[in-house]
Amino acid sequence: KRTPLGRLQYYRSLSSSVNNYNQLPTTCDPQSDIYKSNYEAMTKTVEELKTITKRITLGGAAEARERHTSKNKLLVRDRIDKLLDPNTPFLEFSQLAGYLLYDDEDVPAAGLITGIGQIEGRECVIVANDATVKGGTYYPVTVKKQVRAQEIARENRLPCVYLVDSGGANLPRQADVFPDKEHFGRTFYNEATMSALGIPQIAVVMGSCTAGGAYVPAMADQSIIVRRQGTIFLAGPPLVKAATGEVVSAEELGGGDLHCRQSGVTDYYAMDDAHALHLTRRIVANLNYIKPQQVLMKPSVEPLYPADELYGIIGDNLKRVYDVREVIARIVDGSEFDEFKKLYGETLVTGFAHIHGYPVGILGNNGVLFSESALKGAHFIELCSQLKIPLLFLQNITGFMVGRDAEAGGIAKNGAKLVTAVACTQVPKITVIIGGSYGAGNYGMAGRSYSPRFLYMWPNARISVMGGEQAAQVLTQITAEQRKRQGKKFTAEEEQSIREPILRKYDYEGSPYFSSARLWDDGVIDPLDTRLVLALSLSAALNAPIPETRFGIFRM
Amino acid sequence: MTFSKILIANRGEIACRVIRTAQRLGLQSVAVFSDADRNSLHVRMADEAIHIGPAAALQSYLRKDRIIEAAKQTNAQAIHPGYGFLSENYEFSTMCKENNLIFIGPPPNAIRDMGIKNLSKIIMHDANVPVIFGYHGDDQSDDTLINEAKKIGYPIMIKAVRGGGGKGMRIALNEGEFLDKLNGAKSEARKSFNDDAVLLEKFIQRPRHVEVQVFGDMHKNYVYLFERDCSVQRRHQKIIEEAPAPGLDWSIRKKLGEAAVKAARAVNYVGAGTVEFIMDENHDFFFMEMNTRLQVEHPITEMITGTDLVEWQIKVAQGEVLPLKQDSIKLNGHAFEARIYAEEPENEFMPGSGLLTYLRTPPTGEDGKIRVETGVVEGDEVSVHYDPMIAKLVAWSTNRTSALQKLRHALQQYYIGGLKTNIPFLMSLCDNKQFQMGNVHTDFIKENKDALFHIQQITPTIAVAAASAFINAQQQIKYNTGSSFRPNFLQKQFLTLIYDNKNYQFQIERINSSKLNITYENKTYPVEIRSSNDELILLIDGHQFRCRIHIDGDTCTFYSNVSRSSFDFKLQSPSFLAQLATSGMGGGAIGGLATSGDPIAPMPGLIDKILVQEGTHVTQGQPLLIMTAMKMEHVIKASKNGTVAKVNVAVGKVVKKGDILLTYVADEKKQ
Repeated sequence: KRTPLGRLQYYRSLSSSVNNYNQLPTTCDPQSDIYKSNYEAMTKTVEELKTITKRITLGGAAEARERHTSKNKLLVRDRIDKLLDPNTPFLEFSQLAGYLLYDDEDVPAAGLITGIGQIEGRECVIVANDATVKGGTYYPVTVKKQVRAQEIARENRLPCVYLVDSGGANLPRQADVFPDKEHFGRTFYNEATMSALGIPQIAVVMGSCTAGGAYVPAMADQSIIVRRQGTIFLAGPPLVKAATGEVVSAEELGGGDLHCRQSGVTDYYAMDDAHALHLTRRIVANLNYIKPQQVLMKPSVEPLYPADELYGIIGDNLKRVYDVREVIARIVDGSEFDEFKKLYGETLVTGFAHIHGYPVGILGNNGVLFSESALKGAHFIELCSQLKIPLLFLQNITGFMVGRDAEAGGIAKNGAKLVTAVACTQVPKITVIIGGSYGAGNYGMAGRSYSPRFLYMWPNARISVMGGEQAAQVLTQITAEQRKRQGKKFTAEEEQSIREPILRKYDYEGSPYFSSARLWDDGVIDPLDTRLVLALSLSAALNAPIPETRFGIFRM
Repeated sequence: MTFSKILIANRGEIACRVIRTAQRLGLQSVAVFSDADRNSLHVRMADEAIHIGPAAALQSYLRKDRIIEAAKQTNAQAIHPGYGFLSENYEFSTMCKENNLIFIGPPPNAIRDMGIKNLSKIIMHDANVPVIFGYHGDDQSDDTLINEAKKIGYPIMIKAVRGGGGKGMRIALNEGEFLDKLNGAKSEARKSFNDDAVLLEKFIQRPRHVEVQVFGDMHKNYVYLFERDCSVQRRHQKIIEEAPAPGLDWSIRKKLGEAAVKAARAVNYVGAGTVEFIMDENHDFFFMEMNTRLQVEHPITEMITGTDLVEWQIKVAQGEVLPLKQDSIKLNGHAFEARIYAEEPENEFMPGSGLLTYLRTPPTGEDGKIRVETGVVEGDEVSVHYDPMIAKLVAWSTNRTSALQKLRHALQQYYIGGLKTNIPFLMSLCDNKQFQMGNVHTDFIKENKDALFHIQQITPTIAVAAASAFINAQQQIKYNTGSSFRPNFLQKQFLTLIYDNKNYQFQIERINSSKLNITYENKTYPVEIRSSNDELILLIDGHQFRCRIHIDGDTCTFYSNVSRSSFDFKLQSPSFLAQLATSGMGGGAIGGLATSGDPIAPMPGLIDKILVQEGTHVTQGQPLLIMTAMKMEHVIKASKNGTVAKVNVAVGKVVKKGDILLTYVADEKKQ
């Protein structure tokens, strides 16, 4: 017979075992050959990524950096370090932007560092020119990166801090920089409209702000200028001389004294970089902001399994199948996962978990999407939208099922339901491409076009409309049929000459480096960092209130 | 004669010490305090406390009338004087008697007699206590001097009366060489000082200072509680004491004790007293003086005899007989006392003062064999008005070697920030081979200077540890998440610490909240922070040790158990702070109004005062003119150093906004 206290203990023990049953098991065997070869391959892949980013994070050429620091200016990453709260993370975006993009020209990180960091406890989007890269001028991809950073700020309601040190538009490439909707002008449009939404815009002039660039501080809510270093003018001394014959120094034309004392273009006068960054911190401290509480947090618990086992599970062969739950188990708190509709539409895994205490609804691929999987996904998204739980897509998808049975089963309309749900949901979506991202599967799993708040890729991932093999096969088959109609022969050599370049092209263009260079994502990350990157992303996303969702018509 | 309330006419550690025993005995305690001690520990510990005057001791702790008045006001029946201040003041003890207050100390006559050096020697000589006499007479004839020398006993030191720096000084080992030496001394004295008068003293080579604790009661009982060796001194003040004296035979010890008792008996001594002897290399000893009070170093005697001397004092003052008879007093083990001072040993032990911004005392252990006698806590001030002693650290063990080890270990764990202390010096004293062997004498510090004063260098390990500790301490800063995560690369942090005008530069890569890579002088050290409470445990390049850091403003004090010294590193403050301070732009952290070039009127107004004239040299930030505008006074300041070229306005003149008020030529920039 149990005493009342004993009974209480009994129920407690019962409930704790009940609480633990949702811990994911693992079949991962670190001693197996396949694990070892996977681990080795993935280590090499990640090392390649880090070797490339290491070079990129240095910034411009050594001479350019030397010249920069000799003028008592801080390098852009040092500026950011000084701006942020000490020992806090900086979620830097798209380090690979511009990578191998302009053949003969090296533009590390597109000459612009963007990311989310914490200033006086407040998450902010930082947009910082790297003057050591082509004088901080705007290449087409630089503009794209700035516009994307502003989009992140707008969607997540994060204040923008612009550390300006730029020569303005890259003149030889003006056609791809200046005129279009999403070009340079958009950045000022964004400043104005974000300011209208109450999203603070703060500009720190630490170098040139010429021509269009002059509008960055001018459009800002508050601006700081560094004396004898920052300049703001619509036309620089050479252009002024050409236009009016007036000979004037840059400092007289648009220096700190002029703009703080006479023009009023800038509001705070800084002695040097460190002072300017200190003033910026003070400005952010005075923003009078309270982050909304909209999700139920839990204490953060580390996963049960070491993160680096991901290397041994994934490997570099996308054709090798593994259970996405093994990935989930190494990302979520306590490896606890409350799986939804586990026995239905099994190629899409759905369920609830927490990451560093943030609740999240996860959708992960375990194979091709069937009608059932698509329906299950749509249901789960509808559910999370109702509950206002952010969504995480772990994308490793070859596409929707094809074939007569699938079509007859309405795969198109069921797939459309999933796509509608993904497109319309108002909860924050975060996508990580952990493997292949092909065709309509990319759409159903919140690819770039579906505006996830953040989209990251693992270095082993691949993205294209279909696999290279499939594309080559389709193209050779079409040619073969053409030849057949024309009564011509289609030799094996001819087939090879079509196949080879297609395979090469798909391999090259499907690479995460190719993707990230073009800003199709927000960065390529080490799988080991996934959990932290997701937590930082979730935390940032929750700065914006989650509205009610209204879905479009689901074709029944 | 019993009493229930005592007033302690003292401050600091001794006041606390007396209060503690009083509390244990169930007596009420009354403290007195000066302005400087308003919040001191002894005031907080006492049941009552009376303010007796301003900080200066002459106007407070030495004011007999105020203290007597305080005792009357609080109905205290007895006064414990502690040491120093009024403890050996004949008048004060007499005043106590007159006011029906019990003075916890000897009778006034004993104080008076022992206070007069020559008289005390004569009394002791008459009581058959060995005494050193000298000859200071005017009769300088050879015969007189030879006779006097014989009286004193050889070896004899012959010193020129006006001598100094060893000039005119000779030592005669026996009568045979006396005249020779005397003539040598005289001729040298004549040449150097134009005066050949000499005096004679007993020469004692490498003398030791050995003193005996004695106690007497009102019933003519006397005991000795063995001796203390206080030979190691600086500026003629004790710095480290031990009991018993090292290297003494029991026969000598007994002789010493009995001589001291004889001395006490000779003056009808009551209470705690100390008889000081000078001892030569043959362990012959001579009476120097008698201190008629409880000594600073009394705890080491307590440790080896298992007594509480303050309790004894109180009991004796109440007329009780001594708690123990001579043969029940047993000498047990060995004890050391180190006096921790605010001072700079390497700067001729210059006394210091200041705020104790950080204070951690060593653990006293469950057996109580480490004692920390102190009157201060963290945040207190070591005031210029009083003795700069911060604490007495007492260590006991069964033998001398282990007691010294304990003392050394406890010193290592005594952390004081905010001012310089002699702790590193005390530690190097403990580490000294000669000291460890007990070869102590009064010139010990002078003779072992080189070994004792080697300045601690900053080794790479210490530098890296200081940087790690600083980075770890930074984690306490607001909003710090402890993770400096950067995607795909490690954040490089730069840190400059300044010590002794030298910059120590570090590059830090934080791997996670407990692991760092620190690059210093082109070498990268892996650092693991294994525990980070008040005390930090670091593992640097395979070497684990303990350290602490205390950051106070821009000073960052680093302590570790692998170095004797603590190190006061300065943090590099951002250069813009200095620029702001001199630019006249101060005020408002966010950046004020700047003036560049010539001073202009900030708004329309009236010139009120002109503070400079043509040719005046001005420094940046110096007020130039005062104008009134909109009923407000505006001070116009110089934006840079320069010389006033022309004043464009006059007092009473109305100016417009933007008018140039005066022009001046800036100084050439220094190259």
